[in-house]
Amino acid sequence: MEQARPGGESAEELTDSGESVYSGLEDSGSGSSSAGEDSDSDSDAEDGPGGSSPPRTHAKGAPRKSKTLEDDSSLKDDEDLLAQNEYEEDSSDEEDIRNTVGNIPMEWYQDFPHIGYNLDGKKIYKPIRNKDELDMFLEKMENPEYWRTVQDKMTGADIKLTDEQVELVHRLQRGQFGDVHFNPYEPAVDFFTHEVMIHPVTNRPADKRSFIPSLIEKEKVSKLVHAIKMGWIKPRKPKDDTPTYYDLWAHEDPNSILGRHKMHVPAPKMKLPGHEESYNPPPEYLLSEEEKLAWEQQEPAERKLNFVPQQYRCLRAVPAYPRFIHERFERCLDLYLCPRQRKMRVNVDPEDLIPKLPKPQDLQPFPTTQALIYRGHSSLVRCLSVSPSGQWLVSGSDDGTVRFWEVCTARCMKTLPVGGVVKSIAWNPNPTVCLVAVGVEQSVLLVNPCLGDKLLYGATDQLLESYVAPEEERVQPVQWVTATAEQHGKGVRLLVQHSKAVKQVTWHGKGDYFASVVSDNSNMQVLIHQTSKRWSQNPFRKSKGLVQCVLFHPIRPYFFVATQRYVRVYNLLKQELTKKLMTNCKWVSSMAIHPGGDNIICGSYDSKLAWFDLDLSTRPYQLLRHHKKALRSVAFHKRYPLFASASDDGTVIVCHGMVYNDLLQNPLLVPVKVLKGHTPTLDLGVLAVLFHPTQPWVFSSGADGTVRLYT
Amino acid sequence: SHPPRRLCILKGIYPHEPKHKKKVNKGSTAPRTFYLLKDIKFLLHEPIVNKFREYKVFVRKLRKAYGKSEWSTVDRLKDNKPSYKLDHIVKERYPTFVDALRDLDDALSMCFLFSTFPRTGKCHVQTIQLCRRLAVEFMNYVIASRSLRKVFLSIKGIYYQAEVLGQPVTWITPYTFAHDHPTDVDYRVMATFTEFYTTLLGFVNFRLYQSLNLVYPPKIDSQTDAELKPAEGTEYAMDSESYLEKLSALSASLARVLAPAHEDEMEMDEFPVEGETAEQMDARKQEQEALEKHKKLFEGLRFFLNREVPREPLAFVIRCFGGQVSWDKSLCIGATYDVTDPSITHHIVDRPRVEPQVVGRYYLQPQWVFDSVNAKLCLPVADYFPGVLLPPHLSPFVTEQEGDYIPPEKLKLLAMQRGENPDDESEEEDEEEEEEEDDDKEEEEDESEKEEEMKLKKMEEQKTQSNKALPVKVTAGKVRLEDKQRLEQEQQSEEKRLAIMMMKKREKYLYKKIMFGKKRKVREANKLAAKRKAHDTAVKEEKKKSKKARRA
Repeated sequence: MEQARPGGESAEELTDSGESVYSGLEDSGSGSSSAGEDSDSDSDAEDGPGGSSPPRTHAKGAPRKSKTLEDDSSLKDDEDLLAQNEYEEDSSDEEDIRNTVGNIPMEWYQDFPHIGYNLDGKKIYKPIRNKDELDMFLEKMENPEYWRTVQDKMTGADIKLTDEQVELVHRLQRGQFGDVHFNPYEPAVDFFTHEVMIHPVTNRPADKRSFIPSLIEKEKVSKLVHAIKMGWIKPRKPKDDTPTYYDLWAHEDPNSILGRHKMHVPAPKMKLPGHEESYNPPPEYLLSEEEKLAWEQQEPAERKLNFVPQQYRCLRAVPAYPRFIHERFERCLDLYLCPRQRKMRVNVDPEDLIPKLPKPQDLQPFPTTQALIYRGHSSLVRCLSVSPSGQWLVSGSDDGTVRFWEVCTARCMKTLPVGGVVKSIAWNPNPTVCLVAVGVEQSVLLVNPCLGDKLLYGATDQLLESYVAPEEERVQPVQWVTATAEQHGKGVRLLVQHSKAVKQVTWHGKGDYFASVVSDNSNMQVLIHQTSKRWSQNPFRKSKGLVQCVLFHPIRPYFFVATQRYVRVYNLLKQELTKKLMTNCKWVSSMAIHPGGDNIICGSYDSKLAWFDLDLSTRPYQLLRHHKKALRSVAFHKRYPLFASASDDGTVIVCHGMVYNDLLQNPLLVPVKVLKGHTPTLDLGVLAVLFHPTQPWVFSSGADGTVRLYT
Repeated sequence: SHPPRRLCILKGIYPHEPKHKKKVNKGSTAPRTFYLLKDIKFLLHEPIVNKFREYKVFVRKLRKAYGKSEWSTVDRLKDNKPSYKLDHIVKERYPTFVDALRDLDDALSMCFLFSTFPRTGKCHVQTIQLCRRLAVEFMNYVIASRSLRKVFLSIKGIYYQAEVLGQPVTWITPYTFAHDHPTDVDYRVMATFTEFYTTLLGFVNFRLYQSLNLVYPPKIDSQTDAELKPAEGTEYAMDSESYLEKLSALSASLARVLAPAHEDEMEMDEFPVEGETAEQMDARKQEQEALEKHKKLFEGLRFFLNREVPREPLAFVIRCFGGQVSWDKSLCIGATYDVTDPSITHHIVDRPRVEPQVVGRYYLQPQWVFDSVNAKLCLPVADYFPGVLLPPHLSPFVTEQEGDYIPPEKLKLLAMQRGENPDDESEEEDEEEEEEEDDDKEEEEDESEKEEEMKLKKMEEQKTQSNKALPVKVTAGKVRLEDKQRLEQEQQSEEKRLAIMMMKKREKYLYKKIMFGKKRKVREANKLAAKRKAHDTAVKEEKKKSKKARRA
């Protein structure tokens, strides 16, 4: 089609498109030739008209076009022709009469001067083309017919298209039929009418198979019947015409409430929203910048609110909540995946939990205020003891001195340097003897303080001097040494020298015997000494663990030995173990016995205080956890129902501990006062606590180097 | 192994926390979920299990038939598609109607959520339509029974609380926006829940409609229907198609099985409960009256909704309290009157300015409706005019206990409900403020002692006033007395401390926990109060500044 355009194109292009035109024409127009002939349809198309169109008016080339054009222009003539010889043009045998090369690509003749051979076998020479580009251009410019000039590729001659031919090309370009008079939209005429006619269309007699039953159908039916029999195919279900919704609870049957309904734990309802979830909350519910930051840094599960409160000025401005579906989904998951459990909510008034105790005022007297401070020691005061009369107080300190104080005036009466850390000190409980046992390093010093009644301490000296050494020397675990003159001047009377450092000394109630504890790991830990006979013995054959402290029973011949976790009670007369008390503590630090002798308290380093009722059980009657830090010392009052405990947290807690004579009534323990005064130093608070023998007063000594009296 | 999820959801089987976790878990304490054995056995007996199996087989067969392109088989199979019903499970899980009502919260929330889903993807269109239908039916019931009690506009959505046959039912609806569907959500789980919930809600709706003598499925009252028709004309779709839409417009009343026999005039018989004093009876009566009054909150008011306000929630709320409501005809089907109607009393607007305003009606922001419902009285309109900074919207679900922080707005509201008029006070306050400001000015000019005295007096007065407002009376005491009191207090506190020391370990732990909780609560309340105070002062200062700027 390109050749029809006025714009100049190369010759090859022209020929190519020319071919396509032909083939297109043939497809639409001429009667279909067989598939085998398709290959040379081109030549057919060209041949046909060439051979058969007598009224050829124009030069050869595009023969098919010329033919159709003829059709256009002189349809009648054509019809006449067709009538004359219908199949004349269709012969494929007919060759092109001008050029006999046949249906070959014409490029093969490109390099030759001729383009083929005519019927006589003479060469057909290509027309002389000596025009250069300039001539071509000039012709293009000057020749008004240039745009309708095409080249016949069979002869190489230029052909000018007629108006009809140009028209045809235009029509084809527009996609219309080549034939002007062809009407593609003619009304369709049914071959068979829809009306029933009385005569058959064909005269053919009916087939036999239309009279006999079909085997194939029979097979199909039998298959279906078999399937139905076997239950593979079911009949269509009748439509269920019961309404979708009806009164489900019309007959509420109480029997339908199963056991599982009673056991059912209904899912808790969603939490109802508070003010902070409002789209326009009060300003105090909005998060500040820091709170927002904190919220963002929190784990999503830990957040108290799962959203950031926000304020919108009007309802119009409120956006959709992006996590709405998430929250619903999480609720669904909660409903079917969360374990449910009935939890009894503790709905108690906390005030009800506080036990009803007698008022401390009703339990008076007990020490309430700090009355005196005994200053003088330069280091921590480890131990205290008070004279049986209650007039004198003695304290031993880490600065290597023992100081004697007058209780009422806080005056230091005497200072005794002992040249070592004083671990333990004990005043003889016998009021007729004025003697103090001091545990310093590896020895126990028996000191006569020379205080108070001159007769009294003179008698004590006499008592000590009246000792007559036995005839035969007995083997003793310790050495009794009489003090030198210098020491005697200071008050020291006797030295009991142990093999290891002494931890504790304690007197028996009668004032003749005393026991000492040595830091050792053998059976030599506990020794019992008799002052009047200067005689020591080792009561135990076997070590039962690290002994912390020992105690004499105030009335009966019992001896208490506290190891780390147990307190063993020995009968000294029968020389046997009578009881073993479990303290439930990790490490017992101190022990004290009720003057009645039936109750013991044990303080421990794990800040517990265990009260034992010896008649009741070997386990603590009560375990008190009043202190926050390790207990260092515990003490009973001799007359009043009071006991005190001193701890590293710097407090002394005074408790009322009433023991009844009635065996059925349990002891009553009530804390009555927390005494504070000592300042904890080096993680140590109060190291020793002691009651006044007659008054409801309590002494305490602390790591701050002071001794304090509370009254 | 986990029991089948779908069955668990439908039958309401949930895991249990064993009493002895270690014992059950073979000595390990690793987190595991435990089901009761009897629950699993209970699942086995469920007839629906067979139906599920049938359905599985059906799907397999259908797939095979499709694969072989046996279209007749496909048709046959589809005809015989197995179906199952959840009716018996609903009955089994909720043996009485009240049980079902108690568990309605989640069902409603889910249905309302699903009804807002787009009709594409995520789940079946039928499910969405069913959810929408059930939600609309339920809303119509709430309107007809006037059982709505509380509404709350939260940032998550709108919470509603209705009292259905004495049971509080709370549900939340999202704001009507397109959902941004999350990818980390398993829609199959939600669809299974919805399947059960739709069944439940359908039966509940039926029963509720029956209890009000309404026709189920709901029909619009023929009278109102007739009224609607001429107005609507034929611009809308066929009747059958637009029926649900008309119903969801919430503007028409529903048809009843029996003609309403003036229930309003029926008096409640009084049955004195034994052991009830006259006071209690009076209180109950008063409560009843208040409830009746609350139900008729908007009676006689005619609302018009501008097009920018959310139509459905507002129409629902207004109709629930007896108001009449309409909207622009082009906005939605079911509009009953026009903007120009002179009888409109309240025009709900959510834009900063309205031009031109019609005389004889209030132009209000939508929050007024919700706040009024929660306050159980028609609030003064001045705070809610268009363009005005709205007062905070408070949650009606919070009932403050003693010691909790109560926002000042709530205090005001409570006073208003008690019948006091806090407006005067606030006005007075304003006046005082202004006076104070004047004072300040005068002070600036010249400082006279008299004024100082006056001011002191005033301050004292204020103090005493504020004291009066407090429930605790503090009498002025002498210094000595106070000392004594303090001593006594100290003694008491020490006694308490000593007693606490004597508590048993477990009790002490409990006590400390309770006290910690209490202290935290107090701390939080104090924090809120401090924040509010800071905010108020900031606002006041700003006000002053702007005033000065205006004056200058």
